[in-house]
Amino acid sequence: MCEILLTMNKIVKNAFEAIKGIESNMTIMLGGFGLCGIPENCIAALAESDINGLTCISNNAGVDGFGLGMLLRRHQIRKMISSYVGENKEFERQLLSGELEVELTPQGTLAERIRAGGAGIPAFFVPAGYGTEVAEGKPVREFEGKMYLEERWLKADFAIVKAWKGDTNGNLIYKNTANNFNQVMATAGKITIAEVEELVPAGTLDPNYIHTPGVFVQRIFQGTNYEKRIEFTTTRPG
Amino acid sequence: MALDKNAIAKRIAKELKDGYYVNLGIGIPTLVANFIPAGMQIVLQSENGLLGIGPFPVKDEVDPDLINAGKQTITAVPGAAFFDSSASFAMIRGGHIDLTVLGAFEVSEEGDIASWKIPGKLVKGMGGAMDLVASAKNIIVAMMHTNPQGESKLLRHCTLPLTGVGVVKRIVSDLAVLDVTPDGFKLIERAPGVSVQEIMNATEGRLIVEGEIPEIEL
Repeated sequence: MCEILLTMNKIVKNAFEAIKGIESNMTIMLGGFGLCGIPENCIAALAESDINGLTCISNNAGVDGFGLGMLLRRHQIRKMISSYVGENKEFERQLLSGELEVELTPQGTLAERIRAGGAGIPAFFVPAGYGTEVAEGKPVREFEGKMYLEERWLKADFAIVKAWKGDTNGNLIYKNTANNFNQVMATAGKITIAEVEELVPAGTLDPNYIHTPGVFVQRIFQGTNYEKRIEFTTTRPG
Repeated sequence: MALDKNAIAKRIAKELKDGYYVNLGIGIPTLVANFIPAGMQIVLQSENGLLGIGPFPVKDEVDPDLINAGKQTITAVPGAAFFDSSASFAMIRGGHIDLTVLGAFEVSEEGDIASWKIPGKLVKGMGGAMDLVASAKNIIVAMMHTNPQGESKLLRHCTLPLTGVGVVKRIVSDLAVLDVTPDGFKLIERAPGVSVQEIMNATEGRLIVEGEIPEIEL
């Protein structure tokens, strides 16, 4: 057993310290699917800042007053790159009034564009959207008798993810379906910020079960007061 | 009599085969899960990162970190697996999902599908629908044959923005089961008590009727 633990100075005190360096007009990625697995602490800290003009890459845009809805309410977002943006009245209003720009991307293509950004692949071909308005202006090409369209990578100045457990080296483990876009986004930020429910010393987590190796994470902190709002509570009797 | 939503789902469940990995869309497709034949092993995929969707939780089991693609709280069956969105769509895009069932506003006789955008109405986005229709090995559309005004939704050409081109294999509507063929919609089965003529009247696209058309058995 190796006695020397890798120790790195990735730990920041809280969300306010974590978002230092995020400036107006930057591009940021935010993990989560709906309100599941969103980085609540960092979003709240951004909502208290004067940062605006952000391009946000996120599968969804939150709900009124929670998640990215908090940033929309304060007009901090100029453009969203998402696959589905329902459930948000303020979003609709800003979109219709032209205050907000939206680039709709098929969900799997969005995930792959982010993966490509993190993996250093500038472009790739997918079948999704061929023959639809998503393909407008994009090169198309036939492979083995099927048509594909070219998509480009996505990268961000900052990627902000939420994990279940993390260690001081930045290794991350996600829980259940709160993983979603977090794991892939963690790879695609020039600086990746991870907020975790439980921060433990390096060497505590089983290396066999790490989802995000620490190399992708530059800042980490243990978040507080997770609300974990549910959009639709559905139950069965019993 | 036209099928109701549950009957459409029940008919679609007859398309399932033991060992299938299946993605069910929102709406009628979700109901298919209620009619999986006893003893058949079907694994349901949720594109937000789960293989092995279980039933809705009882009140004490509700977990905000465990939802389906419709953002409803769910459970995971024993033997389930969680993964991230890029792995999820690798399963879909890579052709590892055997069957996708989804709804539609319109389907054309060439198998085009329109399901995500109505001009003039607010656009919410395509979510994973374009990825799913472009890549699933088999795609069944669950839909009403006509809109509330009685106009056909099975058309020669779709009028709404497309989700995918030439991808639909089979349609189960409230009136009929139809296959998309190079020559048009081929009538396979009709809803109990619904005549071939009624289905013809409700279908704008070319309809192929060969021989006696059996009634749907549920």
